[in-house]
Amino acid sequence: MSATFLGMPGSFPNNAEKAVQNSQLRYNLRKATHTIRGRRASVVGELPDWQELRAAGKAIKDETLRHLDRYLLQLEEAVTDAGGHVHWARDAAEANRIVTDLVKATGETEVVKVKSMATQEIGLNEALAEHGIAAYETDLAELIVQLGDDFPSHILVPAIHRNRAEIREIFLDRMGDAPEGLTDEPAALTEAARLHLRERFLRSKVAISGANFMVAETGTLVVLESEGNGRMCLSLPETLISVVGIEKLVPSWRDLEVFLQLLPRSSTGERMNPYTSTWTGSAEGQEFHLVLLDNGRTGVLADEVGRQALRCIRCSACLNVCPVYERAGGHAYGSVYPGPIGAILTPQLRGMGSDLDASLPYASSLCGACFEACPVAIDIPEVLVHLRAEAPHGAAERAGMRLAGWVFGDRARLAGVQRLASRLRKLVPKRLPGPLSAWTDTRDLPDIPEEPFRDWWEREERHGRP
Amino acid sequence: MRVALFLTCVNDTLFPGTGKAVVSLLRRLGCEVDFPAAQTCCGQMHLNTGYPQEGVRLARHFTEVFAGYEAVVVPSGSCAAMIREQYPKLVKPGSKGAAAVGRVVPRVHELTEFLLDVLKVEDVGAYFPHRVTYHPTCHSLRGLHLGDRPVRLLGRVRGLELVQLPGAEECCGFGGTFAMKNAAVSAAMGADKARNVLGTGAEVLCAADNSCLMHIGGTLARQKTGVRVMHIAEILAATEAGG
Ligand code: SF4
Repeated sequence: MSATFLGMPGSFPNNAEKAVQNSQLRYNLRKATHTIRGRRASVVGELPDWQELRAAGKAIKDETLRHLDRYLLQLEEAVTDAGGHVHWARDAAEANRIVTDLVKATGETEVVKVKSMATQEIGLNEALAEHGIAAYETDLAELIVQLGDDFPSHILVPAIHRNRAEIREIFLDRMGDAPEGLTDEPAALTEAARLHLRERFLRSKVAISGANFMVAETGTLVVLESEGNGRMCLSLPETLISVVGIEKLVPSWRDLEVFLQLLPRSSTGERMNPYTSTWTGSAEGQEFHLVLLDNGRTGVLADEVGRQALRCIRCSACLNVCPVYERAGGHAYGSVYPGPIGAILTPQLRGMGSDLDASLPYASSLCGACFEACPVAIDIPEVLVHLRAEAPHGAAERAGMRLAGWVFGDRARLAGVQRLASRLRKLVPKRLPGPLSAWTDTRDLPDIPEEPFRDWWEREERHGRP
Repeated sequence: MRVALFLTCVNDTLFPGTGKAVVSLLRRLGCEVDFPAAQTCCGQMHLNTGYPQEGVRLARHFTEVFAGYEAVVVPSGSCAAMIREQYPKLVKPGSKGAAAVGRVVPRVHELTEFLLDVLKVEDVGAYFPHRVTYHPTCHSLRGLHLGDRPVRLLGRVRGLELVQLPGAEECCGFGGTFAMKNAAVSAAMGADKARNVLGTGAEVLCAADNSCLMHIGGTLARQKTGVRVMHIAEILAATEAGG
């Protein structure tokens, strides 16, 4: 996975420490996540068979992943039969090269884009820019992020960290055709973006998209969006290039029935998705290229516990219920995939070589809210714990944990430590030194008791009570 | 009925009062209580922090120590969830370890489960004339699915005024080593939880986990709020006669 979209470069705890002090960010995040959370809860609650749907979504994805090789070949054949061209990309560099060459072959220097996580993952916009090709995001929030030279901080609401006053400033500053006297009324802001984008749609000859689903049986790609910009991008330009992760497959058209219920309810809290576009191969007057992206996914597939992360349909429900995401914000995760899903996906795709990536599996209190909300039942806490066992541990921590393990290994050793603590109880300072200050900076310590329970019990027993 | 108390390392070391409360409560309800002295820790800290080797060793120790008991009571939702939900995943199906885990796991009960599901008492004869709010800790809520058991028990305590905690189901931010490794986020979560507790006007915050209470209580104490935290066992053990 490419190193672009780092967001913040430090380790998660360092990034988060800065974020929790940003009152505007805290307010925006709290308001937005709680609003979507509530909407999701009510539309999920009204379906009596939600748990069955969830189980079906999980089962379909698991079946697909188990036979991914077969389904991918089936998809390739179906897309090719329908006049499309299929390209295979092992990693980000290969995918970027393929797309760049395809755009260059058209002679165009501008492309429009529909919001796509996969192209952000590989840093496609930056790669295209290096070859003099400008990629324009057309999703409103992505447009805001792009104009502001910023990073997305939420899967579904990439500009969740911005408020409308900031958006107005970005538009006035960076959008050449922003009307004079633009207010920060949502309707005025959207109208300005609409006019700006409309002109782009009509001019652009090449579009780049991702896809939410690919149907192996028919070779159909499916994009769900809410603004209609996707429909424009997918249908107007002469060349359409879609970059899609290999795990986005479902076997048959019928399987979509399950996901088209699970996804909108989990992500936007809607019963039905506003704009659902499907296309198969090349349409009349349009050439279609599909770039199938691996970029670490087969490695994830090989991990028996970690592979469930590939079931993800990027609904962002886990972000919206996550108490850590709500306070740290998306940038702290240093990847295009923030929140709980990012904490399990990024270290698997990128490895845990950097401080940031090694700290991601620990960016959770293991409260389990994500697992409960996930429409494809990814046991995120289980994967986090699994990754923690593989993460590099500092020498001091390792020594401390080994010592603790030794103490707990035997009752006499544990009792010895307990009695020592009780004897020294009056000497424990209110503020602990070194790394232990992490506790006492914000919390008082409990009083250490005069004796541990086991000593009291021993006396009780000796006096013949039980 | 004879029951073994697995008090947990945190309670044994820091909160002996909870242990004494469980003993007195269970005896009052006619149980014979044993505290197997060989017990130490369920291994949760090691398992959840990425040290499965040590964790598995402690899990094996637990399984051995409690092998012979017909019922094991645990006054911690988190440790009970670790044993019940995670232990079975640590062993190879069909192995000797799996058989041992398979024997002990169904006999492990969190305290409120034991009271309601095994002893089948809802009114434990407690008296606690205070305004109390209850925080359902994550592992008791989403791991063990304790549901309304604690609230049902509290509802029958004489004199007790139970007030609903806003945002009750949100994590308090303890999370074991998370509280140290991500201290800033943990403190931010703790501060929000403390604010909600204060909003209820309760004198006492209670929960089924002393580790979470240590974090919320530590936050409340630092802010000089005067709100006390208590393990639910200590409330259920309290009687009009005192004790
Ligand atoms: S992990 Fe689950 S909840 Fe999170 S984005 Fe993916 S599908 Fe949605």
